[in-house]
Amino acid sequence: MSFVLGRFGQTVLVLLVAAFVSFALFRYVGDPVNNMVGQSASLADREAMRAALGLDDAFILQFARFVGHALTGDFGMSYRFGQPVATLIAERFPATLELALISMLIATGLGVPLGVWTALHRDHWAAQALMAASLIGVALPTFLIGIALILFFSVWLGWLPSFGRGQVVEIGGWTTGLLTTSGLRALVLPAVTLGVFQLALILRLARAEMLEVMRADFIRFARARGLKPRAIQYRHALRNTLVPVVTMIGLQFGNVFAFSIIVETVFQWPGLGLLVIQAIQFADVPLLAAYLVLIALCFAVINLAVDLAYLAIDPRVRSGGGVRRTA
Amino acid sequence: MTALLKVEGLRVEIARRGRAMTAIDDVSFEIAGGEILGVVGESGAGKSVTGTAVLGLLEPPARQAAGRILFDGRRIDTLDEDAMRALRGKEIAAVFQDPLTSLDPLMTIGDQLTETIRTHLDLTQPEAVERAARLLAEVGIPAPRERLASYPHEMSGGMRQRVVLALAFSCEPRLIIADEPTTALDVSIQAQILDLLRAMCRERGTAVMLVTHDMGVIAEVADRVAVMYAGRLVEVGPTARLLAEAAHPYTRGLMASIPDMHRRDVELAQIPGSMPRPDAPVPGCAFHPRCPHALVRCASERPPTFAVGASEVACWLADPVARSAA
Repeated sequence: MSFVLGRFGQTVLVLLVAAFVSFALFRYVGDPVNNMVGQSASLADREAMRAALGLDDAFILQFARFVGHALTGDFGMSYRFGQPVATLIAERFPATLELALISMLIATGLGVPLGVWTALHRDHWAAQALMAASLIGVALPTFLIGIALILFFSVWLGWLPSFGRGQVVEIGGWTTGLLTTSGLRALVLPAVTLGVFQLALILRLARAEMLEVMRADFIRFARARGLKPRAIQYRHALRNTLVPVVTMIGLQFGNVFAFSIIVETVFQWPGLGLLVIQAIQFADVPLLAAYLVLIALCFAVINLAVDLAYLAIDPRVRSGGGVRRTA
Repeated sequence: MTALLKVEGLRVEIARRGRAMTAIDDVSFEIAGGEILGVVGESGAGKSVTGTAVLGLLEPPARQAAGRILFDGRRIDTLDEDAMRALRGKEIAAVFQDPLTSLDPLMTIGDQLTETIRTHLDLTQPEAVERAARLLAEVGIPAPRERLASYPHEMSGGMRQRVVLALAFSCEPRLIIADEPTTALDVSIQAQILDLLRAMCRERGTAVMLVTHDMGVIAEVADRVAVMYAGRLVEVGPTARLLAEAAHPYTRGLMASIPDMHRRDVELAQIPGSMPRPDAPVPGCAFHPRCPHALVRCASERPPTFAVGASEVACWLADPVARSAA
């Protein structure tokens, strides 16, 4: 329990630091007043604006206000859209989360079993073909995969849509494309594009870890105990393989979420990535600040989830971290 | 007395860069039911490889190139993997060197015991748990029933090796291959584990192939000793005889290099030179370059095994023809 509380405390700390960085970065990159008033505004107008925005207050006070507002979901107004940042993000968030979730689901669901299989059948031709393919998967840039898939499945075969999110259904403020055929069809190409690199990465790691574990003393001893190969491979080797693989999947999920920008641009996916690209082009500072904090929050939540997963998998973590001995 | 384990002309080769190196060369020995055979030698002499071969756990690039292994009169080196697996843990069990890494860190010791028991014996889960608790009690683990729920990392090295012993004895095997079972342990714990191993074997009539480089361990528990050198067996005989009057010059050197607590002043004896590596085999007797008594023929002709009293010695000095001529 103290482990969970400790990790929770760390999460809060990480979020505060991230908020501080995004606050500092954007408050001091250029003068927001310049962006908000016209070129013709008088000095007095500027001062009034500055005072109204609280920009004259002490730095720490401004930061406290930023955090206070952020906690209530208030990140201010977007310069470009003239709408509350929170509303904009809430609109786009489901699209990106669904895309990231599905692509990680594909990557994990295929990567772990295939990695384990290639480790157990190292000399099989299919395993070697998979390893070669995974190398390509790691090396190919995401945008290239996306364009190639569009060319093949949308332009030539005409099977799947090449852009957009299809029809969406709104359930309690959450828009989902998972419940309509067109939504699902639209999801396939971007999710696969985003997932290919992750799939290759997870496959290679799962294979390497599995090979490592299969060489461990306790596996040799398990064989000496006469256990069935199936029990050795799945009950003993696989579980020990999962610890590092789960860590990586967690970290990669954060990456997928944060760097879906490229895929969203290629497929014109109406998610956060596309929003952020537009925000960057227009130096939409409040939106960018909020996005940064949100990404930090995602990473923090995922890390917390990974730590909790350790608790379930590894008894050594349960008993308080290090190796404890009771002689 | 018929032999429980009979190894005949065992040869193990390790393929390296297309070349087959001989790790074990024409090794033959027997272990009778209930007997403890100590197998000694320097590291790299082939002790562990021999044990691994008996367990049928040789893995590429190592392979058995010649010889036969018989268990209870039945040839086991040609069994298919399923039949050998059924034998492993049931009839022939193993104890490995490092108790810290022999157990699956993610599984309770109770689960590891019951999974072994239920793999080989037709028992229900409650019966297997019962048996597991009894085993833990027998290997001297306090509060065995509670300990079933412990994970390996919650126990000390000595306790873990006791668990490994419980696993080895869990299906009442007739032979245990113990590969350096005490080497990784504190000296104070070593004696406890050895005593436990010996007591449990004597009680059940379990035979042991005790692989070690520690002559002290051999002197304490072994009935007979087999001395290995560079993949070959150089001398096999009753422990007392080997300790008192070893016939092979290498065995004598080995005995002389045991530190004697009562003679502080004497410098520790050592055998000059080092054992030939498998990739650079020596013609004739493998020990002749280091042997203080080497004859001319030792450099070219490999000595066969001669009987000397109750021992068997692979050395030309033990040749009865040469001895009668001298």
